[in-house]
Amino acid sequence: MIDRQVMLITGTRKGIGRYLAEYYANKGYIVEGCSRGDAQWEAENYTHHQVDVANETQVKQMISNVARRHGRLDIVINNAAIATMNHVLLTPAATANRMFEVNVTGTMLVCRDAAKVMIRRRYGRIINFTTIVAPIALAGEAIYAASKSAVVTLTRILAFELGQWGITCNSFGATPIMTDMIRGVPQDKIDAVVNGLAIKRLGTHEDCSNVCDFFIRPESDNITGQVIYLGGVT
Amino acid sequence: MQEQLIDRTTSVQVVIASLREVLDQAGEPIPAHLGEETVLVGSNAILDSLGVVSLIVEVEQRLDMDHHVSVTLANDKAMSQRNSPFRTVGVLADYIGTLLKEEQL
Repeated sequence: MIDRQVMLITGTRKGIGRYLAEYYANKGYIVEGCSRGDAQWEAENYTHHQVDVANETQVKQMISNVARRHGRLDIVINNAAIATMNHVLLTPAATANRMFEVNVTGTMLVCRDAAKVMIRRRYGRIINFTTIVAPIALAGEAIYAASKSAVVTLTRILAFELGQWGITCNSFGATPIMTDMIRGVPQDKIDAVVNGLAIKRLGTHEDCSNVCDFFIRPESDNITGQVIYLGGVT
Repeated sequence: MQEQLIDRTTSVQVVIASLREVLDQAGEPIPAHLGEETVLVGSNAILDSLGVVSLIVEVEQRLDMDHHVSVTLANDKAMSQRNSPFRTVGVLADYIGTLLKEEQL
């Protein structure tokens, strides 16, 4: 078994997931990442898996592969998500179902199979990404926000179910960050969200790694079931 | 997904080794004899409900890590069976064999 911590980050093809994968690989973690498509980038200490997190078999195979190669899995960051910003009156059921499959079931599957590996070493850190658009009830994001509210509830309960094995589970909701996910949102909508924040700026990748650093510190073993939102959102 | 099959004797050994680990981690006394007839769930069970969860995870992980055999014991079929496939060590070993055969088909 290797003596470096092993981390799995979902949704690493681009955006925040890619930033975090490169950030932690540079810090010396063994980083395993996944996305539905190819990564199109490489880094030392990083291995990519082509996996749909909503596919139970694929998730199981990926985590089994990580555990067999490294003998451990210490940290999981569930970043993978899909979002379609639509008025609820224009949202098809298939779109809503797919969003819940990826954002909720996908997060649950990765947590479940990762926790099975973590339990053997009585140590684990799970971070599930949520969004500020749930607590601020942003119009146009009903289904996405609902799925991310479910992630927060899932995480709070996982904290109680997995705490006895030394596994902490927390959620993190960033303020809007200029990634592909929000690139199609009109600027006036983004401005309105930012102007409603206590700290009136867009989020940054560094904001995300800062919160993740806090959650995964060994000293944070009594920080669990919590959700941290950026920008003063509660 | 299966790299190899394991025989029933090995399945029994994996279940008993997992049971010892779970009892040890829980600080429970380990009986002098653990065998196929050892009851895992229900009346006279050696484990509480959380112990059963731990055992299932431990067995899955041992099969995966030590024998490169990947099975999900707590699947929909297991949860809907009238007679629990986790009843005794022997029944669980049989159930592992059944799952592995099904995955081969």
